[in-house]
Amino acid sequence: MKIDLKQVEEAAKTLYIRACKLLPPDIKTGFARLDKGETDATAKSVLGTMIKNITVAEANDNLLCQDTGIPIYNVTIGRGVDVDGYALKQAIATGCARATKEHPLRSSVVHPVTRKNEHTSCGRLVPVINIDFIPDDATLSIEMIPKGSGSENNSWLKMAIPADGIEAVKTFVVDCVLDAGGKTCPPTIVGVGVGGTADLCVHLSKVAATRPLGTACEDPEGAKLEAELTKAVNMLGVGPQGLGGDSTSFAVHVETAATHITMNPVAVNMQCHSARRARATWTPKGLDYGY
Amino acid sequence: MHYDFNMPITDAQARSLRVNDTVTLNGTLFGIRDATQIHMFDRGRKTRFDMNGHAVVHTAPNVRWVGETPDTPSGYESVCIGTTTSARMERFTRPLMEQYGVRIVIGKGGLFAASQSAFSDLGGVYLAIIGGAAALETTWVEQIEEVDLDDLNPESLWKFRVKGFGPLRVAMDSHGGNLYTEVNKAAQGKRAAALASLGVKAN
Repeated sequence: MKIDLKQVEEAAKTLYIRACKLLPPDIKTGFARLDKGETDATAKSVLGTMIKNITVAEANDNLLCQDTGIPIYNVTIGRGVDVDGYALKQAIATGCARATKEHPLRSSVVHPVTRKNEHTSCGRLVPVINIDFIPDDATLSIEMIPKGSGSENNSWLKMAIPADGIEAVKTFVVDCVLDAGGKTCPPTIVGVGVGGTADLCVHLSKVAATRPLGTACEDPEGAKLEAELTKAVNMLGVGPQGLGGDSTSFAVHVETAATHITMNPVAVNMQCHSARRARATWTPKGLDYGY
Repeated sequence: MHYDFNMPITDAQARSLRVNDTVTLNGTLFGIRDATQIHMFDRGRKTRFDMNGHAVVHTAPNVRWVGETPDTPSGYESVCIGTTTSARMERFTRPLMEQYGVRIVIGKGGLFAASQSAFSDLGGVYLAIIGGAAALETTWVEQIEEVDLDDLNPESLWKFRVKGFGPLRVAMDSHGGNLYTEVNKAAQGKRAAALASLGVKAN
């Protein structure tokens, strides 16, 4: 399957705008579930405002949140896809810059030293483009995530040691949720990376934080941790916006990787309640937009 | 208790507010952000705006340049205006109040002890807005009237005209009331039980 790069550029633009405006159905379902179970009056009113905002964004064709985030594009390439990988990355960056200029969107991206904003949402190594390969014959998929800074600023890595056991991982997650309080715009999806190297562990925490609600970790040990931790962090009473209540997190998601005999790394990355994603999928039938 | 304010407000009005009261703002509201305040308080820049008795919201909006017209006197039309996490701007609350007479800070996630004492000493409050509800917040902003320090765009100093901006909850008041410390203290108190549910003994 040959990929038209002009179409990729157009899709990269559409995805950024679409992700900023339409919340995926699994997150909407998550809101309905939290709203139903919430017992605190303030929290109930905060959740009500968040739910109303989703409707207003759709009705006014507007962005859900002013934070256009750091643009992340996750590309998965099937075995039968014929594409120039370098040109694909360029097409994505061009589409990202065009979304920023043409919609327009706030460019939230600056140089880390000079703090200069190019007003394109692009810069050195940004947009972040992650590329992976899948066994399916003829599928190219690009997922776009505008990762907001309120939640991204709440990211942690701890290189625990084997003698601390899995208890260190569990304690760390609970303490990160306490530390984040209302700063991370709860209710959150708490992404947890367990194992790997330092950088892989942090990457996995991001994968976990941006995974759709209702999905489980492929590793049964990870899935078990997810269930326990989801219950535990929602016992804390941080609540929506940190103003108290039952609804601290939609879920805790865990991703695992094998690690070294001397290592026990754990990373936490938070996703705020504006858990935005959009996806474009190319198959021989054509291009489809979804989540 | 609910209050409708036409901005600016007086010292007495600011001090009358208590945690869990709600406030709706009308008239002028200033948008301010990290870079704006770094330049104003660390790099000696000044604004021409009179912020005495006014409110600031922690924001950097999405805007569209359309040129100066009677409907868009600043040249900017709003696209999406929402509120960012306040915690990063903690050290600017006191200079905003002391040097510019600001009475109300609007943000999400709360501020800390230095801001709390500034609110007590100088008569001010923190109003919690719902972060991430920017599409809704945008409908409360009628116009971007003026802009200053615009070389910092989008972190310029924005002067908005708002109508029915709220209701917003008083989360920190001038009498030492602070919803966030109450919630955080209660949450810390539940840490041991949460860890016990995970089979971990709290230390």
